[in-house]
Amino acid sequence: MDLKQLYQDIILEHGKSPRNLGKCEGYSHEAKGYNPLCGDKVHVYLKLDKVKKVDGLTFEGDGCAISLASASIMTEIIEGKTFEETKEIMNAFLNMIKNSSEIQSDYLDENQKTKLMSLSGVKQFPMRIKCATLSWHTLVSAMEGKKEEVNTETVD
Amino acid sequence: MNIENIKLQFPIFSKKINGKPLVYLDNSNSSQKPVCVINRLNNFYKNEFSNIGRSIHSLAVNATNKFEETRISVKNFINAKFKEEIIFTKNATEAINLVATTFGQQNIEKGDEIIITELEHHSNYVPWHFLRETRKAIIKFAPINEDGDIIIDKLKELITSKTKIIAVTHLSNVTGAIVPIKEIVEIAHKKNVPVLVDGCQGVPHINVDVVDLDCDFYAFSAHKVYGPTGVGILYAKKKWLERLPPYIGGGAMISEVKKEKIIYAPLPEKYEAGTMPTAEVITFNESIKFMQSIGKDNLIKHEKEITNYALEKLRKINSVKIIGNPKNKAGVIAFTIKGIHPHDIATILDEDGVAIRAGHHCCQILHEKLNLTATARASIGIYNTKDDIDVFCKAIENCKKIFDLK
Repeated sequence: MDLKQLYQDIILEHGKSPRNLGKCEGYSHEAKGYNPLCGDKVHVYLKLDKVKKVDGLTFEGDGCAISLASASIMTEIIEGKTFEETKEIMNAFLNMIKNSSEIQSDYLDENQKTKLMSLSGVKQFPMRIKCATLSWHTLVSAMEGKKEEVNTETVD
Repeated sequence: MNIENIKLQFPIFSKKINGKPLVYLDNSNSSQKPVCVINRLNNFYKNEFSNIGRSIHSLAVNATNKFEETRISVKNFINAKFKEEIIFTKNATEAINLVATTFGQQNIEKGDEIIITELEHHSNYVPWHFLRETRKAIIKFAPINEDGDIIIDKLKELITSKTKIIAVTHLSNVTGAIVPIKEIVEIAHKKNVPVLVDGCQGVPHINVDVVDLDCDFYAFSAHKVYGPTGVGILYAKKKWLERLPPYIGGGAMISEVKKEKIIYAPLPEKYEAGTMPTAEVITFNESIKFMQSIGKDNLIKHEKEITNYALEKLRKINSVKIIGNPKNKAGVIAFTIKGIHPHDIATILDEDGVAIRAGHHCCQILHEKLNLTATARASIGIYNTKDDIDVFCKAIENCKKIFDLK
């Protein structure tokens, strides 16, 4: 296990100063997520434009550096994406977190891939994987208009 | 036994964790096992195994005798009056559930009140919550003050003619507060209210004399007392065990079974249905002997010294905040570091071989009260040394370095 791989500068930086924190103006979708194992909470706010592209994505949350950085990077990357694209990116992200050090997706540029790959070190710390995935599951839940709070005990 | 060399008795400390010597500070969660306990378990399975109870062959008789010897050791260890007052369960949680369920069935009606405290572990709340659901009972929480001590006067005020039982921890697994059980029992008994004590953290770290405490029920687990997993202990005054209905039905807890009626076994078998954790209960006797060979007073003195050393060092580290400042504190230290989430602390410390716990420690009510979502927790055991604390504090400094904190 390598601590430096887990706590890369980009993660520490996003963890310290998360982007897109708060409620975005005129949000149309929202969802809450909760990790009962550690008490991490996230609340995602989302605005979709006329063609159902993300036109504003923010979050509020309380959690560790990994969970805050993951949510922060997510809000940057998903801006402008459609629901289908978001789902594809999330699946690519989940696959990377669990199985690979690289992320494969046609919807991401190299810069975005690099950012997401900074979280790949989490795979060596199985207890921390859910910290990285909570905000993503919550985002998809918000897009799907689900009412129930996302609980990491019931999602992958 | 010399406490200075006690680590040598624990084989796990010869192993490396992430390439580093293990500094184990998660004792409130569970304790490591001395070689005498490990060998006893191994030996029993290798040379003596049999189930206990009905069989009359030599192995069964030996196992039954050894099982009952542990019961007597436990009785003496916590100074109970009768061995029938010691019931083995699978863990302390089951012991509390046993009382909540059977006591509830017999004594709790709609609107009756149960008093617990804001310090309680979920295992001393959820079983009572079941009675809120099934019997429409009311649960009242005795509040704590800023230091993390139960406000006894407030607890006293909560007692009404509807109060049926008080359930309270002996020692907080978050703040380390030692609760004045004797005082609470005196207050409760004046109003004819029985008291259950969650003694999970009490038995391994402070003196426990159930006659002196005069509590009605006292639950604890073996695995926190340098013993095996799978064994919980319920002490209950004989009058309660005689009066309350049985909990789990099956073999061993009956004396006569007919189509039209069943007669239950006498104590303690009435509460020990089915095959018990035979090997583990027998092994637990070695843990008690181990504790006795050290001596509780020596143990308390040692853990106090290490705890004070740790508190002193932690207080000198910038950004570290120790949670709670109870009047009497045992070796449980919950803390936060401003700017680093407890889970990040625990992961980083683990890389240095330091095992602590992070989270709400099964005490969400307490964390909510203290306005915290999570804390990091270092908890001291008999084998911890000042060197351990030095490594722990150095690891915290490393943690701060990674997060670029001054």
